[in-house]
Amino acid sequence: MDEASVARGGLAPRLWLAGGWLLLALVAAIFAPLIAPQDPLAQDLMLERLPPFWLDGAEPGYWLGTDSLGRDLLSRLIFGGRIAFIVAFAAATSACLLGSALGLIAGYFGGWPDRIISRIVDVWMAFPPVLFAILLVAVLGTGLSSVILAIAIIDWTRFCRVIRAEAMSQARMDYVESARIAGYGRMGIMLREVLPNVLPSVVALLSLEMGIAVIVEAILSFVNLSISTDDPTWGSIIAEGRLSIHQAWWVLVFPLITLILTVLSFSQFGEALKARFDPVLR
Amino acid sequence: MSANREPCLDIRGLSAVLANGQRVLRSVSLAVQPGEVRALVGESGAGKTMIGKAVLGVLPKSVRIVEGEMLIEGEDLGRLDPKARRTLIGARTALIPQDPLTALNPSRRIGPQMTDRLVRILGWNTERADKRIRQLLDEVQIRDPERVLKSYPHELSGGMRQRVLIAAAFAAEPRLIVADEPTTALDVTVQKQILRLIAQLQRDHGTAILFVTHDLGVVAKISQKVSVLYAGKVVEEADTEALFAAPQHPYTRALMTATPRYTDPYASLKPVDESVLAGLTAEIAAADQAWRPGHG
Ligand SMILES: Nc1ncnc2c1ncn2[C@@H]1O[C@H](COP(=O)(O)OP(=O)(O)OP(=O)(O)O)[C@@H](O)[C@H]1O
Ligand SMILES: [Mg+2]
Repeated sequence: MDEASVARGGLAPRLWLAGGWLLLALVAAIFAPLIAPQDPLAQDLMLERLPPFWLDGAEPGYWLGTDSLGRDLLSRLIFGGRIAFIVAFAAATSACLLGSALGLIAGYFGGWPDRIISRIVDVWMAFPPVLFAILLVAVLGTGLSSVILAIAIIDWTRFCRVIRAEAMSQARMDYVESARIAGYGRMGIMLREVLPNVLPSVVALLSLEMGIAVIVEAILSFVNLSISTDDPTWGSIIAEGRLSIHQAWWVLVFPLITLILTVLSFSQFGEALKARFDPVLR
Repeated sequence: MSANREPCLDIRGLSAVLANGQRVLRSVSLAVQPGEVRALVGESGAGKTMIGKAVLGVLPKSVRIVEGEMLIEGEDLGRLDPKARRTLIGARTALIPQDPLTALNPSRRIGPQMTDRLVRILGWNTERADKRIRQLLDEVQIRDPERVLKSYPHELSGGMRQRVLIAAAFAAEPRLIVADEPTTALDVTVQKQILRLIAQLQRDHGTAILFVTHDLGVVAKISQKVSVLYAGKVVEEADTEALFAAPQHPYTRALMTATPRYTDPYASLKPVDESVLAGLTAEIAAADQAWRPGHG
């Protein structure tokens, strides 16, 4: 009992900090038109490369400064969050559903379903993921939906491998056998008895995958393969910031910080959630 | 015990092999009469658990039954289609497992876990099942059922979990319970209590039990009949009293001199005399040479 409460106390800040940042970023993204101080696309050559608010020469209303075209950086980050979150949720959820379902089936049933699924995973994993993504987007064409699709197509194996291993060890447990003796069918046992036990891992992986999706989207934007070049994305802002690093460091640094905070928060949030979810760890 | 009653469990000439063709059960025959406790003793690896799993229909995929029959209350399991077999096994049998931790689903609370089973097996509604569960928890002397029902398995002690599993096993009034070393994973002090509980509930409910153990002290305490298993073969079977008074088979005799007192179960089964084992092994090897599976 004591150990458990100590563990809970240790986990709470992680959960709240990570969750807090994600919530803040998400709310900002959803209400971007209301929250963003400026139009993220409005260029003004009179306002180019304004520094952030605490430096000399900053303008009120342009909190994090502007880029080399005079666009407000904060507003661009807020709007960029929209695409980041859409990609994170859609891609991670699709990868999660596909990968977890196949992993659960392979791990619980074993035998030939497992052999087939594991072989596919092996082949899939042989491709370097970033190259795979660039190739896929090149084939599917740029645009939001192909980015989402590409990430889901590549990353379902992450879920599949972990969930397969967990389902396999659960399937060996005596409680599964007891359910069998009581007359439950295999499908019922998989969904009723095994699934709840792998769910904490699914949740943790899902959150982690959202962070990964954010990075992949940023990388694709960075190499100009993602969404149309007009809409700001974190990756495209970073790409632009790189060009003016010596004149305006903030254009590179703030989107990087935003990206890293978000990705870290996703992974920490997932871990903390898993610890909460799992009755054995709790 | 009237002789013409149908046995609750009747295993006739059951043989099973591993994927590599190695025999794990060698023409095993044993019967458990209604309301009777039959102990199945033998050293580790003898195949005791295999027999239990065969009866309950949960043999590992690598083990294949090649001959023999198993009848539960006269119904031949081999003649039933898989679904009917599952239903029959679910309704008439239950398991008290060895490891009370992994036998409970770690992510579900005790209450719903137990109630679900009853609803499933007996088709009762949740309220009735819940009432029944509470009654059984009382029988296994759990004093704070509210707390236990709300707990997750890991929040209970080993002895408590085993009580829960005993309650669950008896709850649906099965005719036959397979108890596979139900006390081995527990503390010595708890072992006695659990054994006493099983004996108590067995008498009250009149349930037949196939009681798997490697401890002759436990055999003496709980059973009326014994089958001694060595290398997948029943080498002796007798009334418990008769067995202890006059063991017939050399292996049984060796087992008895090797078995310490019940008070020290962890020290049970000192190595059995080498010469006895050598003789047995030769005998079994010869039998395997001559053996052909009845079918398949
Ligand atoms: N899953 C399995 N696949 C193949 N062989 C197995 C499997 N489980 C057990 N065996 C083998 O079957 C034989 C009988 O094992 P079993 O578990 O029935 O022994 P036991 O009498 O219950 O022993 P213990 O007292 O250690 O529980 C052993 O030789 C064992 O190695
Ligand atoms: Mg065993």
